[in-house]
Amino acid sequence: MAAHSRPGHGGPDRGEAVSRDRRPLTETVVQDKTAFMVRREHRLISFLFILGLFGVWELIARLGLVSPLFLPAPSAILVTGYKMILSGEVFHHIGASLWRIFWGFSCAVIIGTFVGVLLGFFSVAESIGNPIIASTYPIPKIAILPLLILWLGIGEYSKITVIGLGVFFPMVINVYTGVRNADPVLIKAAISLGSNPQRIILKVILPSALPMIFAGLKLGIGIALLLVVAAEMIAADAGIGFLILTSADLMQTTKLMFGISLLSMLGLIFSWLIDRLEKLCIPWKK
Amino acid sequence: MRVVIENISKTFEDGTGEHIEALRDINLSNEENEFLVVVGPSGCGKSTLLNIVAGLLPATSGKVVFEGIPDESRPHTAVVFQEFALFPWRTVERNVVYGPEERGLPRKERQEIARYYIDLVGLTGFEKKYPHQLSGGMKQRVSIARALANDPWLLLMDEPFSALDAQTRTIMQGELSQIYEKTQKSVLYITHNIQEAVFLGDRVAVLSRRPGRVERIIPIDLPRPREEHIMLEPKFLSYVDQIWQHIRGQAMEALTEEKP
Repeated sequence: MAAHSRPGHGGPDRGEAVSRDRRPLTETVVQDKTAFMVRREHRLISFLFILGLFGVWELIARLGLVSPLFLPAPSAILVTGYKMILSGEVFHHIGASLWRIFWGFSCAVIIGTFVGVLLGFFSVAESIGNPIIASTYPIPKIAILPLLILWLGIGEYSKITVIGLGVFFPMVINVYTGVRNADPVLIKAAISLGSNPQRIILKVILPSALPMIFAGLKLGIGIALLLVVAAEMIAADAGIGFLILTSADLMQTTKLMFGISLLSMLGLIFSWLIDRLEKLCIPWKK
Repeated sequence: MRVVIENISKTFEDGTGEHIEALRDINLSNEENEFLVVVGPSGCGKSTLLNIVAGLLPATSGKVVFEGIPDESRPHTAVVFQEFALFPWRTVERNVVYGPEERGLPRKERQEIARYYIDLVGLTGFEKKYPHQLSGGMKQRVSIARALANDPWLLLMDEPFSALDAQTRTIMQGELSQIYEKTQKSVLYITHNIQEAVFLGDRVAVLSRRPGRVERIIPIDLPRPREEHIMLEPKFLSYVDQIWQHIRGQAMEALTEEKP
């Protein structure tokens, strides 16, 4: 510290030695050392980068560096997509997939939420349910599909059920965690204001668990998309998974890639919808 | 109406199977319209006592009796918690009507109750705000309004201002004193703050450290309405000193003892 002391400024507490220091006066301005941590949004950069990526891809395809059988140009994929939209073929496949996702997802969300609340609130349900869930959750759901086809037939039920199973687990686990983590002081407050246990579930526990329920929905919709494609690849005559698989069989790579980009778009739309719904349902969240 | 706390004892079992005696033979009574303060060093079980009176914790022995309640249409108690305990998904207004809602009062009556108590705590204009949009002091006002809106026989307050900064706390003490003088509720108030106890209380019960026992009950003979400046008067200060002398040694012990 003494080296930074200015000559001539030595107060009584600085002592004699410092005030006799005759080195020239130096100034060091304090810098903001956290400047590198500031995170800015670089919208232009992310846009330009993606554009550039597609540009390079297009160039590679146009120059014939890679056969279009393996890597068709982005423009060719777009044209194929446009034709499929005009002919209505896309909607046929999207419709079939959405229909399966809708039923599998919504049944699983309702049942999963219900079971999650039961497990979180009642200790008997917890001791019965938790070991069952712990032992069935790790099974990859697609491994059960052949069994489900055996039981429910090759039609829609087996596909809907496998999607439902996939969505059920993240729902149950999230709702259960949400219920268990409900603030005990809020429950006490509700009791002290005259709520009975049923009312507490409805008016305190469920709203407390809403953020976790939405976390479950977000996980679940990703899994639903994954399973619908897998199920459609095993046995189906329509659906995005079917579209991708048959296009590959026929070496229609543009169609195949359009099918894949449909999945990306569906995923984006789903998570946007759930985000909107979350903002609507949880207006108190900061 | 009178609340009698009879021979209440409470023993907890901690994680290692050891028994901890939190309260021993507590005898207290809360007269009608009385502001009774329980003050004590940390670890004297004063919050435990409040929870037992609220029916949120079973006593090991003894009982709490509400005498002379004509009918069961009104709840016995309502609690104001240190942590505010507001429902974050409900607006100020919807928090305040929670109790009347649970009692099944018609909508119109609920709205009137909400308007009255929100006005009483000075929050008119904030009805549609969510708790996270309010400051600590405002949150605690909502909590007070919510408890009063349920029209309990006894208002229980568990260190309600401990989470607030010192300045807000002083203001809130003054406001609570006014609210008490206006509503004439019976109040059981828990605090570790001696000034607060003397400023608010008609009587102050001093609890000893673990196991909590009623060491003394000191009637506070200060005129109402009480305003901030009485905190400077010699009589006020002598009450504070008197209570501090009781608690001091035990507070020192609490400071040096390990957490159980």
